[in-house]
Amino acid sequence: MKQRLGMLLAAAALTTSFAVHAQQSAKKAPPAAKAAAPANKSEVSKEFEKFREVLEEDNPAELYEAKGEDIWKNKKGPNGTSMAQCDLGLGAGVVKGAYVHMPRYFADVGQVMDAERRVVHCMIKYLGYSEADIRKQPFSNVNKTPDHVSVITYVAAQSRNMKIAAPQKHPKEIEAYNIGKEIFAYRAGPYDFSCASCHGEDGKRIRTQDLPNLRKPDEAIRAYQGWPGYRMTGGFMLTQQWRMNDCFRQQRFPEPSYLSDSITALLAYMTVTANGQTYKGPGIKR
Amino acid sequence: MNRKIIAGLAATLACSAVLADEIRNYRAEAVAMMKRDFKAKGIATTDRLHEDGVQAICNRSGDNPPKDIAARLEKDQLESVKYPADGKLMGDWKAGEKLAQSGRGMTWSDKAGVPGGGNCYNCHQISPTEMSFGTIGPSLYQFGKTRGNTPDMQKYVYGKIWNAKAYNLCSQMPRFGHVNALNEKQIKDLVALLLDPQSPVNSK
Ligand code: HEC
Ligand code: HEC
Repeated sequence: MKQRLGMLLAAAALTTSFAVHAQQSAKKAPPAAKAAAPANKSEVSKEFEKFREVLEEDNPAELYEAKGEDIWKNKKGPNGTSMAQCDLGLGAGVVKGAYVHMPRYFADVGQVMDAERRVVHCMIKYLGYSEADIRKQPFSNVNKTPDHVSVITYVAAQSRNMKIAAPQKHPKEIEAYNIGKEIFAYRAGPYDFSCASCHGEDGKRIRTQDLPNLRKPDEAIRAYQGWPGYRMTGGFMLTQQWRMNDCFRQQRFPEPSYLSDSITALLAYMTVTANGQTYKGPGIKR
Repeated sequence: MNRKIIAGLAATLACSAVLADEIRNYRAEAVAMMKRDFKAKGIATTDRLHEDGVQAICNRSGDNPPKDIAARLEKDQLESVKYPADGKLMGDWKAGEKLAQSGRGMTWSDKAGVPGGGNCYNCHQISPTEMSFGTIGPSLYQFGKTRGNTPDMQKYVYGKIWNAKAYNLCSQMPRFGHVNALNEKQIKDLVALLLDPQSPVNSK
């Protein structure tokens, strides 16, 4: 534990030095070469990548994995039920490999669910967590990482180095993909943005943040890779549902309800696009 | 003869029934789903999920509308640009630079009544000293130097910032004046940032 704490502190120190460093390099850099087309990957991104590699050798996400595993294996619900009864799509209690096979259709609820939605569903059903409480704080902040985020991190880690294989067999799975594809392209709101405004072309960025072209298989993987992610600024785990939520904020849309069909559809679209690629597990995000 | 027509009609109908079943309007389903799932938060109200005319055309054509329709709608958009009554289109480039830096505005975490920024650096290279710039839009470095700052050019830049869709219907650039994200004075300051010979944008 002590070692862990030390490591987290080191991570925090790196984060601040990264931020300062990034600022300095932004200020000190020589003027752009006669407004030539800027390099695809920003300098700041490259530096962040270096720090990320160092950090991932001892990944802070592991702390949350361990906590999530503990909840998954040891918690009992009010009726004596446990997560051993939770079917993530590969059979009751099977965690290994389940994460990369979602979103998928679940016959017991008659719906397609993404991993986060399914895990929360099980925690409510088998461990007696209150849906209202979870909805009150769905995402982590500096004060609190909710239990379901830890459990999702654990489940995700159990698919480390496996190939993404979201199914497209059930009509509802096909429907989710197709609706997600349309949501991705739908421009509205005061700035006329859709997801594609920021993620529809190769090699673009906002300020120094590289924007993946999420319509392409080799970049759609970024909807998956490193999520859930340990956010260096702040020091807590954030999930795919958080990422979608914050992108809709930047899109100037109203807020999607947590674990809604729209988000599942978007995740289905991006995950299926990324099918066949290897998921490296929970990671680190700036 | 009659029978043939009827048989033909029946076949066509049967065929279109199959088609209707298979070719679903996922776009409409997606919009209905979002209208169900999204909730107002702060200033970001749910009416934002409705398309206006320009958005509707761009959404239905994959941002590639037929030329004649695009030209007609661009003309409408251009006609709604409000140019300053005093005829002055260039303000203060220093204020413009501050605005260009700010990425605030119109999100659910922005407060009502607090003036937003231009978000320009999110998408454009502008001043040579600011290296943290996005690339969704073209570089605007040396814009005034290469394009000049004639009254016509000032009018174009003012109009472009007021309503980017007046010149390019499905542009990824927001319509800042049109949606009240920026006011007249702010747009003047941004015109100066791009066109004033004193602005760092046009230094060599
Ligand atoms: C106005 C800009 C904007 C819009 C609109 C937008 N995003 Fe993003 N998106 C970003 C930025 C900025 C990042 C952060 C990139 C980084 O961390 O380097 C990001 C990151 C992401 C990521 C994670 C990429 C990674 O490497 O971890 C995903 C997935 C994503 N967006 C999906 C979407 C989807 C789906 C939508 C539509 C609902 C959307 N975005 C709309 C700006 C936007
Ligand atoms: C979300 C992205 C985005 C933002 C924010 C944005 N722009 Fe743009 N802008 C573009 C794109 C894309 C183009 C090129 C396509 C077009 O002309 O519509 C463009 C084009 C322009 C042009 C025309 C360039 C030419 O060669 O004629 C000007 C001028 C301009 N932008 C100024 C601004 C200013 C000033 C701001 C801030 C108030 C701004 N833009 C904000 C994306 C953006």
